[in-house]
Amino acid sequence: MIDFTSEQLERYSRHILLQDVGVEGQAKLLGAKVLIVGAGGLGAPAALYLAAAGIGTIGIVDSDTVEISNLQRQVVHFTKDIDMPKVESAKEKMLAINPGIEVKTYQECLNADNIRAIIRDYDFVVDGTDNFPTKFLVNDACVMDNIPFSHGGILRFDGQTMTVVPGKSACYRCFFRKPPPPDAVPTCSQAGVLGAIAGMLGTIQAAEALKYVTEVGELLTDTLLSFNAKTMNFRKVTLQKQKNCPICGENPTVTELIDEEQALTCNLRQY
Amino acid sequence: MQITINGEDQQLDDARLTIAQLLQVKDVESPDMVSVQLNGEIVDRSRYDATEISDNDHVEFLYFMGGGTFA
Ligand SMILES: [Zn+2]
Repeated sequence: MIDFTSEQLERYSRHILLQDVGVEGQAKLLGAKVLIVGAGGLGAPAALYLAAAGIGTIGIVDSDTVEISNLQRQVVHFTKDIDMPKVESAKEKMLAINPGIEVKTYQECLNADNIRAIIRDYDFVVDGTDNFPTKFLVNDACVMDNIPFSHGGILRFDGQTMTVVPGKSACYRCFFRKPPPPDAVPTCSQAGVLGAIAGMLGTIQAAEALKYVTEVGELLTDTLLSFNAKTMNFRKVTLQKQKNCPICGENPTVTELIDEEQALTCNLRQY
Repeated sequence: MQITINGEDQQLDDARLTIAQLLQVKDVESPDMVSVQLNGEIVDRSRYDATEISDNDHVEFLYFMGGGTFA
């Protein structure tokens, strides 16, 4: 058990006051390692809340630099950060909120060759990527290495998220078998997103990470939560682990990591 | 027939319909961006033409959503 300093007791007092969390739960958070893939619309709020919550080690992966069009929703980046690597910009804010944590940065693109070496060190992964090849790669690597993760996606006024505990609950491929054909993915001119939706979804993903680490409540496993911000309708669709899932089913056809055909990422990059 | 789509009861004029036809009838913009769940099971995309829906079926259109940022 960690000996809390009086500063820590005060900083985390609103967690410690929660009966379900308490000092034990806070100690688990401080001992936990969470990886955030993508320092964008979803990763930004997740990074801020996980840092504030005192997740002891947070990794953040992103190869991009901050652009002015990011600032409409990627709230971890400020106007002064334009042209700075996103991982550095995010790290600066996370440590400003909470200097008591460690932030590890990976300024690179995740691919079939490097992903397992990166995720291996973490207890939980928050997927905040915008493109389907990487989403499938994160799913496949996490299933292979038994690392729980949160899937998140947003589009225009909609959001969806699910939590995957490999071996126990349905994975992303149980729902979505393979990436959509690149030419079907909405183009730059068609797509867009209401900025606050990224915040709604990224904070749900952060909450799932905190719930997983503290073992509080029920995770969004075997459940795809979707919402539409125009109506503010939230729906849960349940799905058990599928026997014919290409990776976690009985006769898996996905047995090694591959880099799926890259959709023109310009389109989804706009998110 | 009467079916449920994404939790809403829907009356359809057609007596017989495949998943592929249902996607058309319901004006689903880009069927490639949808995963279809029929009565709790995911239907393989290659079987949309061969799979028929019937009265009282529960259908979910699950949309592919990206978002976040490119990593
Ligand atoms: Zn699966």
